[in-house]
Amino acid sequence: MQNKDIKRLSLFLLFAPFALWIILLIILPHIGMVILSLKEKVAPRVYEYSFANYLEFLNEPIYWNTLLRTGSMSLLVTALALLIGFPIAYYIAKIAGPRSRGGLFLLCLIPLWVSDLIRAFGWILLLRETGVISNFLQWTGLVGAPVEFLYNDVAVIIGLTYTVILFMIVPLVSTLDGMDNSMIEAGYNLGGNGFTVLRRIIVPYAMPGIVAGCIVTFMLTAGSYLTPILLGGKNSSWFTEQIYNQFITRFNWEGGAAFGMLLLLFTSLVIWLGLKLSGQTLANTVAKS
Amino acid sequence: MLAQNKTTPFLLGYRLYVVAFFIFLAAPLISAGAFAFNDSLFPALPWQGFTLDWFFGDTEPKLGMFHDRRLLQGLYYSFVIAIFVSALSVFVGTTNAFLFVRGEFPGKNFFYILMVVPLVIPGVILGISILVLASDTANYVENRFDLELEFLRPGLMLVVLGQFSFIATITSLVITARLKKFDATMEEAAFNLGASRARVLRTITLPFLRPAMIAAGIVAFLVSFENFNTTLFLVGSEAPLTITMYDRMAKVGSTPVLNAVSFFLMVGSGLLALLSIVVQRDKSAR
Repeated sequence: MQNKDIKRLSLFLLFAPFALWIILLIILPHIGMVILSLKEKVAPRVYEYSFANYLEFLNEPIYWNTLLRTGSMSLLVTALALLIGFPIAYYIAKIAGPRSRGGLFLLCLIPLWVSDLIRAFGWILLLRETGVISNFLQWTGLVGAPVEFLYNDVAVIIGLTYTVILFMIVPLVSTLDGMDNSMIEAGYNLGGNGFTVLRRIIVPYAMPGIVAGCIVTFMLTAGSYLTPILLGGKNSSWFTEQIYNQFITRFNWEGGAAFGMLLLLFTSLVIWLGLKLSGQTLANTVAKS
Repeated sequence: MLAQNKTTPFLLGYRLYVVAFFIFLAAPLISAGAFAFNDSLFPALPWQGFTLDWFFGDTEPKLGMFHDRRLLQGLYYSFVIAIFVSALSVFVGTTNAFLFVRGEFPGKNFFYILMVVPLVIPGVILGISILVLASDTANYVENRFDLELEFLRPGLMLVVLGQFSFIATITSLVITARLKKFDATMEEAAFNLGASRARVLRTITLPFLRPAMIAAGIVAFLVSFENFNTTLFLVGSEAPLTITMYDRMAKVGSTPVLNAVSFFLMVGSGLLALLSIVVQRDKSAR
């Protein structure tokens, strides 16, 4: 009996920090945001509940265009990160010798510990009109005058892919690492060619890692703020920038909260669809890595 | 697709691709770091010769980072925030690990997913939602009880809470993974030898978890140090380094002193990351 009480008490004590964290910093703030987003200012200091903030979003094409643009560019970045990152992860996990494997993996992790700001700054120094690449092209004589590579969508996509690709590679390496090489050999022995083995054996095995990498990559891209603004210039029209403008520049907290909810709903919807289509769950993908 | 043993043209091309990828990975970091040593007023080519002025210079056009009061202040605030965030996150991460590995309670899977969720909420949303709740609470208390709760206004406290809200997930996952590998017979042996619960925890279980706790603390420290999105909405007058640097970049335009700070941060976080790897590898036969 006493033993049972102790168990109960310790379970309660362990549950308390978890509950405080999740309730005070995640659940209540989000409820507060939903309530705020449903308020409409009808007179100074007088508010009414309505869907006005959401209707404004629908009536103003620039807002939902920005959200769609953010979503589609984030999907493009996610796909690019997967295409570029998968061969790298496969190389690290399966082809590199045991000695170079650890080193390559570490090399992959180094940019992870460098702030977004510094990475974007590095790209600015490379891409701008007076930057390294422009100078190099002039030096080789390929172009006659300085070229501006910054402040366009390509620069934003390069910068974003660069920023998030490590979050794709890390879960991929850890799933591929757990795969038995004999499975690949069996595929070849049964007469499969390289493409069949990749499609029928390697990709299905790596699916949890692929999905985990895609979810994290997509969320980070859609929620990113610095990279699109610094590399895309003033007109990058990224949705987080709209949220910032509503909150800080226009001091319209109700509108900003509605935009925040829309971003959250939109990204959750995309991830839910992705999980459904790939037959995975949040617990066996993101939670595992 | 990927034949392994013979050196084919395909494998050679594959290797070249991997090399090209690592050049892509390194290029912006090198350019951000290297211009810190260029003796020029702008972080751009041509190379004007080597200098350390952007670190140690003490007069105006080339005021080095170690004489720039606002940058040093930013560094100090970042440091304070990161210390609090990593201490809190390691504590909650450890209790969560025990809760989810040892505890048995209804709805455990649901709560586990709830624990992971903060990691996939965009940082901007975490920032504004915590800002909204804190301001609402502060306004309510002020109107109702005529009490001004300063810590609920944008400032250090909110930045710490905002960063903690998702970094705690990272530390929980790291420490949970380690606790899952714990061999329960070690605790049983200690109990059989007559040790008390507290003593077993102190001498057996926590020492086993220590590498993961240290590594999680370092990761939390680094993530907090480089965070921008969540911090942006919660920051008061005490701006941490990333915010100060962003202001500089957006308003004043970039000078090589920013490259000096970048170099300093890259070396610092590189060393810390290495330390976390060494600590985790130590004695943990993986």
